Amino acid sequence: MDQKQAELNRNLAQMLKGGVIMDVTTPEQAKIAEDAGACAVMALERIPADIRAAGGVSRMSDPEMIKGIQSAVSIPVMAKCRIGHFAEAQILQAIEIDYIDESEVLSPADDLYHIDKTAFKVPFVCGARDLGEALRRIQEGAAMIRTKGEPGTGDVIQAVRHMRRMNEEIRRIVGLREDELFEAAKELGVSYELLRYVHENGKLPVVNFAAGGIATPADASLMMQLGAEGVFVGSGIFKSGNPAKRAEAIVKAVTNYQDAAMIAELSAGLGEAMVGINPDEIKLIMEERGQ
Amino acid sequence: MTHRIATLALQGDFAEHESALRQCGVEVMEIRQRADLQKTFDALVLPGGESTVIGKLLRELELFSPLQERLREGLPVFATCAGLILLADRIENEPAACFRTLDVTVRRNAYGRQLGSFHTEGNFAEISRVPMSFIRAPSIERVGTGVTVLSEFNGKPTAVMQGNQLALAWHPELLSDHRVLTWFLERTLATGKKF
Repeated sequence: MDQKQAELNRNLAQMLKGGVIMDVTTPEQAKIAEDAGACAVMALERIPADIRAAGGVSRMSDPEMIKGIQSAVSIPVMAKCRIGHFAEAQILQAIEIDYIDESEVLSPADDLYHIDKTAFKVPFVCGARDLGEALRRIQEGAAMIRTKGEPGTGDVIQAVRHMRRMNEEIRRIVGLREDELFEAAKELGVSYELLRYVHENGKLPVVNFAAGGIATPADASLMMQLGAEGVFVGSGIFKSGNPAKRAEAIVKAVTNYQDAAMIAELSAGLGEAMVGINPDEIKLIMEERGQ
Repeated sequence: MTHRIATLALQGDFAEHESALRQCGVEVMEIRQRADLQKTFDALVLPGGESTVIGKLLRELELFSPLQERLREGLPVFATCAGLILLADRIENEPAACFRTLDVTVRRNAYGRQLGSFHTEGNFAEISRVPMSFIRAPSIERVGTGVTVLSEFNGKPTAVMQGNQLALAWHPELLSDHRVLTWFLERTLATGKKF
């Protein structure tokens, strides 16, 4: 991938900022999401809560199902491949997906190597729990980063932890002396050039969204106030009582995340939120996949 | 006197526009809800993003009518990509247009999906070799009689101006070259009219 393409791929993520990316499993859901104001949709066969419930191996979705969603909406369509599964990624590129999520929500295909994302023309988004993970993914070619959260739980605690940790580490790097950056790069297992960018700019070189467990307008506002540039909502919408209304409310909450009075209005009468499960009560911790 | 420029900060790359505006030495304010329109401003920026999302939020946050009125009164506007779609009189592959103050017909996602996004260089008005990034960009399929074409790609207009409205299918805000924004500010802020 040439430098210009890499730049264009990062730019697409910039266009998604301040928006909500929603998980959808059917063209009908995709349309509901688009009409509710999603800036992109994530096409997948089962939403994370169901992947968690079903157990077993979860893989890239059926390309036919993804194509159905591509033709149902005009906004960008993303899809997930397994960590390290570059053949799945090649298939997603072949069907001209707009963004590939190399995702810990699916069963990892490789417990050592992530995909060399620089070998692709299509952009990738990857999950990260801290600055080191984020910069390693960016080094591999990711054009966008999201927190890992703990998918499918409806519990926002992990996304909060990852966002806080990442921003805390960024602040630490900004405060370092120039001659301390070399050692910091070594500690984090990242390149000096990327770390230097963080030191000089006080942010990641790519857009950073929140993901995992976001289920209410208040969750979305919380993540935006903690520094997210937009949010992914997975199971939170289509596992709730009134998906269209909840989706619209979360979209508006992201735009006006600092206006508590408006978010109070948006939060009223949304019907049942997804029930959710507490990550401490589950055996399968997805966020630990791929570090 | 410092000019104040408002960005429509509902969704998209408004932060990039704000950074470019500050580098051009103007004051910046954000419009996120109706209450923000109590302040006056000299010009408006419609950023890149998803036009479906911005259009929907414009209506639901009750910003559509007051902004459309100001546009009709001659509010200078600098619009990129999704912003161009929001101003267009007609969208070829969408039933509903938004402000309809710019007499052009556009086509959304005219170059296809992200694999069709590209970078090029071209002339804009009298400015030469302007870097232009097209990201899932719209095309301009028809221009009305009062519309001036300022840049082209493959024979199709990619930047147009009508009155105080400048609309581009590409994204000058993503790069550090602010010649096009400066050109716009110099041409439209001279009257000193507030909106």
